Amino acid sequence: MEVILSTLINGLSLGGIYAMIALGYTMVYGIAKMLNFAHGDIIMVGGYVIYVSMALGNPLLAILFAVVFCVLLGMTIEKIAYKPLRGASPLAVLITAIGVSYLLQSLAQIIFGSASKMVTVYEFGMVQFLGVNVQVSALVTLGITVVVMIALTLFVKCTRLGRAMIAVSEDKGAAQLMGINVNGIITVTFAIGSALAALAGLFYLLKAPSISNTLGAMPGIKAFTAAVIGGIGSIPGAMLGGILLGVVECISYKITAIAPYTDAIEFSILIIILLVRPTGFLGKKRREKV
Amino acid sequence: MALLEVNNLEVYYGVIRALKGISFSVNAGEIVTLIGANGAGKTTTMQSVVGLIPKRGGSVVFDGKDITQSPCHKIVHLGMTQVPEGRRIFQELTVYENLLMGAYSMKDSSGFKADLEAVYTRFPRLAERKSQIAGTLSGGEQQMLAMGRAIMSHPKLLMLDEPSMGLSPLLVDQVFEIIRDINRDGTTILLVEQNAGKSLAISDRAYVLENGSIVLTGTGAELAASEMVQKAYLGG
Ligand SMILES: Nc1ncnc2c1ncn2[C@@H]1O[C@H](COP(=O)(O)OP(=O)(O)OP(=O)(O)O)[C@@H](O)[C@H]1O
Ligand SMILES: [Mg+2]
Repeated sequence: MEVILSTLINGLSLGGIYAMIALGYTMVYGIAKMLNFAHGDIIMVGGYVIYVSMALGNPLLAILFAVVFCVLLGMTIEKIAYKPLRGASPLAVLITAIGVSYLLQSLAQIIFGSASKMVTVYEFGMVQFLGVNVQVSALVTLGITVVVMIALTLFVKCTRLGRAMIAVSEDKGAAQLMGINVNGIITVTFAIGSALAALAGLFYLLKAPSISNTLGAMPGIKAFTAAVIGGIGSIPGAMLGGILLGVVECISYKITAIAPYTDAIEFSILIIILLVRPTGFLGKKRREKV
Repeated sequence: MALLEVNNLEVYYGVIRALKGISFSVNAGEIVTLIGANGAGKTTTMQSVVGLIPKRGGSVVFDGKDITQSPCHKIVHLGMTQVPEGRRIFQELTVYENLLMGAYSMKDSSGFKADLEAVYTRFPRLAERKSQIAGTLSGGEQQMLAMGRAIMSHPKLLMLDEPSMGLSPLLVDQVFEIIRDINRDGTTILLVEQNAGKSLAISDRAYVLENGSIVLTGTGAELAASEMVQKAYLGG
């Protein structure tokens, strides 16, 4: 019983992180219709910004810096690398995104070297929760991700900007006819996605206090998987997919205790789900516009 | 001075010259119609004027401002909007939310309630179905929604691209009725139609577009009486 509960809490917490990242993938896909493969590497950049700014000794300030830096970076990448390719073939955009991903990883390696760095953002320790011992950091992660997901859902549903995002994701041309500045909305989307990625960077450092230039690679792929499972383009889908994947990962790790098996199980689930439901759980079939 | 002045407008799709330098104008208060066969370039004209597709040559002046290079959203903020071909309502949003999107460009939201009521009065069907997901509306209702959404922004110029497409004869009559009403309330109209008879009947002036060029122009009545229009577009 205790094992089940602690596995579940860890799974939900990990799933929250995946959901954070998956939201970035799915929102950018929904609105700019592109797969931003460099998204995972923003996590790593966020981690390094925290690592550097921890020199100031204030974790909250370090987190703030990471979020701001990643937001600016995300918007800059969009402006320099992706915006000129609007209207180009999806393959060209994808290859550019992969290029940006390697660029970020290589820059980090040049600046910080290839050895992992240790960063302790905050020592949370353990706590008794519902009768089991759990990492406080897992609960903090879970708490923050839930709050962020609720806030994001309300933002998209209830604000003018959020509705404009829905409109753009559905029909760019019609959205422009409403007077919506589509380029502006795309920029905002990259900003939000990057802020969430920076938070994900924080959560990884809370889980395991070390960082290297490939920190974002595997989480990026996993979260992308989560976004696809949930139905790429769907915000609730990314949340569901992320949490599902996190829970599955923790359960299969508990059973096999071997990480590569865990990954194999996760990606097999992706394949099975896509065979049964090609659009993911909450994805819609897109009617092609004439 | 004309509200909309289009001069020598040229549009290309790749190497294909879809508009070969067309000129036309719409005066404030008028209903002006473009008629033409399938593929003549009507939608291309409408979309390039509103800034959705780029212009290769020529100029467009709206309400005294040169908007040739302006992006679509800026043009909309100047008071031009369009009910596009195929309606393109936001399928995943409710009727109410679509109307809310229609008012997106309004700087001042204080008039929103009254505007909404005005749309619901003009289109009682929309009032009955305000919380319905727009994608589940019937074709006729979707057309009403597209028109309601467009007038939420109080456009000076409302452009409609084949509003009668796919509607039953009864609804077609209703749509033309509504267009005339909207015009009477002070909105200038630029209409694109395949239904030449009905559209010429409500038009002050009209242009005939063929293969990317304007080949004929006149008042609605003149064109309806012209032999060429009768042969090609009125089945006479
Ligand atoms: N995206 C595009 N790419 C290439 N050619 C296009 C594109 N859109 C339109 N065309 C071509 O440009 C010409 C004009 O098309 P347009 O849609 O403006 O015609 P239309 O008069 O609106 O026709 P319809 O009555 O069928 O709506 C056609 O020959 C069409 O094939
Ligand atoms: Mg057309």
